[in-house]
Amino acid sequence: MELLRFTTAGSVDDGKSTLIGRLLYDSKSIFEDQLEAVEEASRSRGNEEVNLALLTDGLRAEREQGITIDVAYRYFATPKRKFIIADTPGHIQYTRNMVTGASTADLAIILIDARNGVVEQTVRHTCIAVLLNIPHITVCVNKMDLIGFSEEKFGAIREAYLAMMQKIGAHAEMSFLPISAKYGDNVVKDSDQMPWHRGGTLMQLLESVPIGHKTGEEGEPLRLPVQYVIRPISDKFPDYRGYAGRLASGVLHVGERVRVLPSGMESHVKAIYQAAKTMEKAFAPESVSVLLEDDIDISRGDFIVSAGHAQPQVSQSLTMMCCWFNEQEMQLHKRYIVRNTVSESVGMVKSVDFRLDINNLEHIEGVVSLKMNDIAQLTLRLAQPMVFDRYVENRTTGSLIIIDPDSFETVGAGMII
Amino acid sequence: MSNKLTHLKELESESVYVLREVAAQFERPAILFSGGKDSIVVTHLACKAFYPAKIPFPLVHIDTGHNFQETLDYRDALVKRLDARLIVGSVQESIDTGRVKEEKGYNASRNRLQTTTLLDTIEKYRFDACIGGARRDEEKARAKERFFSHRDEFGQWNPKNQRPELWNIFNGKKNMGEHFRVFPISNWTEMDVWQYIYQEQIELPSIYFTHERRCFFRDGQWLAAEPCMKLKPDEEVVTRRVRCRTIGDISCTGLTLSEAHSLEEIIGEIAATRVTERGGRADDKRSETSMEDRKKEGYF
Repeated sequence: MELLRFTTAGSVDDGKSTLIGRLLYDSKSIFEDQLEAVEEASRSRGNEEVNLALLTDGLRAEREQGITIDVAYRYFATPKRKFIIADTPGHIQYTRNMVTGASTADLAIILIDARNGVVEQTVRHTCIAVLLNIPHITVCVNKMDLIGFSEEKFGAIREAYLAMMQKIGAHAEMSFLPISAKYGDNVVKDSDQMPWHRGGTLMQLLESVPIGHKTGEEGEPLRLPVQYVIRPISDKFPDYRGYAGRLASGVLHVGERVRVLPSGMESHVKAIYQAAKTMEKAFAPESVSVLLEDDIDISRGDFIVSAGHAQPQVSQSLTMMCCWFNEQEMQLHKRYIVRNTVSESVGMVKSVDFRLDINNLEHIEGVVSLKMNDIAQLTLRLAQPMVFDRYVENRTTGSLIIIDPDSFETVGAGMII
Repeated sequence: MSNKLTHLKELESESVYVLREVAAQFERPAILFSGGKDSIVVTHLACKAFYPAKIPFPLVHIDTGHNFQETLDYRDALVKRLDARLIVGSVQESIDTGRVKEEKGYNASRNRLQTTTLLDTIEKYRFDACIGGARRDEEKARAKERFFSHRDEFGQWNPKNQRPELWNIFNGKKNMGEHFRVFPISNWTEMDVWQYIYQEQIELPSIYFTHERRCFFRDGQWLAAEPCMKLKPDEEVVTRRVRCRTIGDISCTGLTLSEAHSLEEIIGEIAATRVTERGGRADDKRSETSMEDRKKEGYF
């Protein structure tokens, strides 16, 4: 069975919680005691109907205020696939949480209220999905029951959405579904009300959409960031020196000639271990321990890549799209800690090229600082050379976080251009 | 040919990655080992992550003094087999030295007292990262947990101001006196854990399988009639064939009536069940947000 990770962004009013509740309920993933607890909590809050949002809003403050504050992770399975939902709040002040949820997603569900069509929030959610390079976007036009299950109106919303995508210059694999989360139409069960829709249900789509793990195929650039060096120093394994890490892309073969970056030293792969098991090859995203033929200096943060084609960049300067996460504003020329995969360097922001208006993707020039939830293109200067790829080519080696050296908090996230 | 991982392989790879990050980023990490299936799986994953070296973490057990003997026997055998270091924090000792006060009444439990013993143990051994087997699917407050979860100098969790965690980049930086809780199997479900135990043929404490036990019925669930449990006058001790679905200390571990002898039978039973595993945990039933409240104080 495969694993699909997807994200949903939206606010209470567009039916996001109802949709998730419906997916969990109709796939029989809600347990009796959970349902009882939600029923009781709904009653004690004076809600007339069972409030499925209480299933996803776990924190006391969220339940008291009736809003989603943080990313919540939900799990369910069908006989075909396992699913992880990153459920994120949709308001603009939670842009950073949406970015967090989107960072690991293979698919994004964008919810549209059929009565309102494409609104500012739709554009924002789409921009985040596109920026984070989520491979597939599923647009669910919800509350079809409130517009008489009209094919014509659904078609108009679809056209408006496509026009918006064109306007912001975004490309993604897309699908459109007319649904009613409240009554379950086209969520898990087919709709009797919309015989004109022949695109199947949301569940069928989730069960069949290709998962974005193309990174593990032959021919993809080999990237193995070294996390840790395993040295048992025991009688049984006196010379074992295993470079441990999780393949970020490509396939690693025994006997293959590899290069270590940033040093540029080369060697051949002697053995690949997964615990006690030796393997002829390993592919992304497997975690392995690798032995090389030659004794060369490799430590945490180094990369093992192919000696031949498709080299990553090794540089002390880079340009990226950055989402700011902290109440402390970003400062130009301040020393921050920059972490990319497992390597770390001191770095500073040399310039802000432009800030992005997340509601329409327009560029705002002349910006020198970033506030919480701002997204901007920055140029970064690093104290040490860093090994990286472009984010659109590799989400693992093309992403980084910025850590404040005073508070140690994660204050920003970057996608390298 | 297409290179695809099964969901169990992908989850395993993610957890191994997280465990290696802990070893690389922290100076004094430890595994919080309860003897339950989740911490057993975490320990198994740690063995795989650092093979052929020994696991670079001691096992820390917070012993309430009300543990099932089978759990303690299993723990000792495992520690011996792995040649690992075991550190036991004793709740009884915390009671004896006046650090905590024993609860009174029929529903008295040492579950909450564990937090003090745990935090004292962390301070005594200066652990900077404590690896736990908590999963996000277990409980609604846990659904909000990070892999690397920051704790302040009082050991407290601040759920409203958690560090953002993106992609697979983990930030374990902290000030003196603070520590992290790390949850390598955050993304696993109960079913994943059982399927993995089956796939890897991991040995478990015998109480996970059906056995005869003296028990009594209270508030809709079966509990073990052990000396530490105070029975109400109308409660009757009977012998039943039961097993544990989750193991805490005796006072808060609900027993399931079951005939499941094997891992296959357990998986079949879980696939058919309509109640969550923590449905049998008295510690979660104290209030709607009891897990969040305990976690804020520094609980597992």
